Amino acid sequence: MSTLIALASLAVLILVLEIFNLRKTIVPLTLVGLLVALGLNICDFNSIDSFYNNMIVVNKSTVLFNSLFIVLTFFIVALGQSFYKEQYDKISDYTSLKIFLLIGAYCMISFGNLVMFFLGLEILSITLYILAGSDRTNIKSNEAGMKYFLMGSFASGFILFGIALIYGATASFDLDQIVLASTQLAMPKWFTVGFTLMLVGLLFKIAAFPFHFWAPDVYQGSPLLTTTTMSTLAKVAAVAAFYKLSVVFFPAMPTNFVNLIAFLIVATLIIGNIMALKQNNIKRLMAYSGISHAGFMLMAILLGKTAEPYLFYYMTAYAIAGIAAFSVILYVCQDKKEELVIHFRGFAKHKPVLAVTLSLALLSMAGIPILAGFFGKLFLFTEALKQGFYITVITAVITSIISIYYYIKVIIVMFTYKNADANTVYQKNFMYSAVAVAAIIINLVIGFCPSIIIDLF
Amino acid sequence: MNCIIILLIYVLGAVATLASNSKNAAKIALVTSLINAVIALVLTGEYLNGNDISFTQQWISNPNISLSFVVDGLSLTMLLLTTLLLPIIILASFNTLYSKANQLYSLVLFMAFAMAGTFLAQDGLVYYIFWELALLPIFFIGLLWGSDEWKVRKRVMVTFFMYTFAGSLFMLAAFAYLYTLTGSFAWSDLSKAVLSTKEANYIFLAFFLAYGIKIPVFPFHTWQANTYEKSPTIGTMLLSGIMLKMGVYSILRWQMPIAGNVSENILKTVIIFCIIGIIYASLIALRSNNLKRLLAYSSMAHVGLVAAGAYVGNSTGYQGAIIQMVGHGFVMVGLFYLADIISKRYDTYEIKEMGGIRSQAPKFTTFFLIILFASIGLPGTFGFIGEFTLLFALSEKELLYAVFAGTSIILGAYYMLKMFQNAVLGSTQNKVFAEVTTKEYFVLAVICVVLIGLGIYPKLLTDLFIQ
Repeated sequence: MSTLIALASLAVLILVLEIFNLRKTIVPLTLVGLLVALGLNICDFNSIDSFYNNMIVVNKSTVLFNSLFIVLTFFIVALGQSFYKEQYDKISDYTSLKIFLLIGAYCMISFGNLVMFFLGLEILSITLYILAGSDRTNIKSNEAGMKYFLMGSFASGFILFGIALIYGATASFDLDQIVLASTQLAMPKWFTVGFTLMLVGLLFKIAAFPFHFWAPDVYQGSPLLTTTTMSTLAKVAAVAAFYKLSVVFFPAMPTNFVNLIAFLIVATLIIGNIMALKQNNIKRLMAYSGISHAGFMLMAILLGKTAEPYLFYYMTAYAIAGIAAFSVILYVCQDKKEELVIHFRGFAKHKPVLAVTLSLALLSMAGIPILAGFFGKLFLFTEALKQGFYITVITAVITSIISIYYYIKVIIVMFTYKNADANTVYQKNFMYSAVAVAAIIINLVIGFCPSIIIDLF
Repeated sequence: MNCIIILLIYVLGAVATLASNSKNAAKIALVTSLINAVIALVLTGEYLNGNDISFTQQWISNPNISLSFVVDGLSLTMLLLTTLLLPIIILASFNTLYSKANQLYSLVLFMAFAMAGTFLAQDGLVYYIFWELALLPIFFIGLLWGSDEWKVRKRVMVTFFMYTFAGSLFMLAAFAYLYTLTGSFAWSDLSKAVLSTKEANYIFLAFFLAYGIKIPVFPFHTWQANTYEKSPTIGTMLLSGIMLKMGVYSILRWQMPIAGNVSENILKTVIIFCIIGIIYASLIALRSNNLKRLLAYSSMAHVGLVAAGAYVGNSTGYQGAIIQMVGHGFVMVGLFYLADIISKRYDTYEIKEMGGIRSQAPKFTTFFLIILFASIGLPGTFGFIGEFTLLFALSEKELLYAVFAGTSIILGAYYMLKMFQNAVLGSTQNKVFAEVTTKEYFVLAVICVVLIGLGIYPKLLTDLFIQ
């Protein structure tokens, strides 16, 4: 709870600093503030607590997920220092919006009450709508913001309606009460309908089939750093919330509900990976890759309570690799109008370290061993096989094979084309390189010793 | 001494090579590989004296994975093959001046590290990790240093990568399934797992996809000739000399012990595919005009026989496969080196444009003939012992297999001698063919000594894995 208060004060403080004209100190102060929040958060590691009539709960798993969110925000804010150089007068808005986004993510995992969940979701979504449309003069950014806002608010509506129906069935918003009611009483039909409606909204938020259509367009139109935020922090926060809800609601669902989820996973994996093959815009490619990863993370949701450490591991691996990849993409595309794959031609010759970093990040997503992504997939596969989801695993294996093709395509472009425009000059940018390298080192470390994370639970 | 030292030295060597400049890279790599060759020989001595040189350490508790490197006869033989061939391969590459040599040799050493790890690892998952790690360096070696324009090269190398990666993911799924049964990835537990025939069939086929592609067995061979042709010589040597042995080794180590309960029909089908591959590859080799492609197909034919022998599953087949793996490794490296020497002098791999080498370079011709005889399995060379044992193993299973597989020897002799006739003998051409240099002489002599020495006294090697 102290973390949430600290974060909220931090967000307000940033806005106040702008008033006092201390613009230069905003990013460093935010970074320090985030570290403090991380420390406060970790202090709660062994405590089990609840606040405000069970609105917010604190336990080991919320602490872990929140730590991941804070670390991701740390990286994203650090990237913002360079990214918003040209609109530096608005840095306080952007930075504080990101902290608010983090607060939303925090509420989405720490809720003990569906009202709190919805509040968190809306805080996260609204900041993302703003950030998506934040490049005001760019028509594409406007389009992205509008599209995301219209569809996102529809999805929120579904979730809200679902919550209302669940309230109708159980007479409570409180998760504990709902669990109690759903296990002891016979639930009316609209309980199932309610959760199905929530499912629709949640599938939209994590960009899974059949509600994934917004992702490529919105990713492409948004400013690059917003895309980074969406594909890392926002995605894992939504998945974490979904997971938490699924643990509560799945046992009360009809038995063939599992088949529905399994089907959604299979479809998400196939759509995401097949569509990614033909993309020549790196943002769209990452969007489809993100859709396919949503499929993998849904697998953990299918597997229930035992898969929590594996889901957390997968999320960490995916999000950290995403941060590393996007930092390099930011580096390459910093003054390009469009983020095309061909812009990476011959990049390895100019910046071998960053090229290797991007390669490792993509290979991690593809699941090449020793990188964290491999263990993420392995853990999920093993657990899924244990529970007998053979077809899901076989689809996941086949789509992993497909996915390697589009990841390797980017890598090849970086390493082989010798004749990059001779006059291409990559501006030096310390922040992007530092974040990319730091993120990939984390990825390698948790790849070498997955126990660091798995044993936390 | 512990077998893990070899792995560490390869990694250190790879880092040191990467840090050095292009001029010294090859030398550092050579020194590293020589040190490891010596260590491997020392380890062999210790193993024969009955010392424990294995290494086991818990890595991840949940799921249960341990870094376990256990040495037995089979893995020691493969380790020796890797460590002894690598200096030869690196020395053989001194003929070519590669750009960015430090990166190339670093990748070579890293690949040796991964391959040695594959041969040593006794934990299924650690084995799988090394198996995959070996793929990345060879992909980049082929992509960045290969021949032909890069668009063609890219297509070839991506096909290769996708193909082998696809196969091995099924192997991973098989391991994951086995883990759910036994709760462990360790070889000692997996090989004891009791599988129903149906389970064994699926697991056998999943492994077969990985190994069939790597070896390659017909009909999974389509990547091979192109990849061999487009890779630089050092890459081709690594691929044919050591890497494809990973597939056969894995059959002996993992596939047959774990999924030995597989239905007889599947086993027969797989052996028949291997034999089809032998004949098919031999026939294509007959029609090949490009020396490198011809050697690639001859390699496929020979390895088909090894795989067939390994799938027979009796002890003769086991021994024959190991013997022939070693023989084939040295022969292929030798042959590709000879092809490389010719192409350096003539600037082509087309057999039509060669000829008349014998009168200009008698020493070269002698070496060529010896290695060629070892390749077609002439008695007195090491190739003979391997091929004979394998054919014997096949005849134990079913005589007809041995008859059909035996055609590989006849066809092999035919296409190799025909190639020799066209490339080396014949009328002298206008082009000058210089005699072998001291370095080349040394490399070829070492290979010939190994092939003839082990041909006359194979017990030196077979003692390692026949108790």
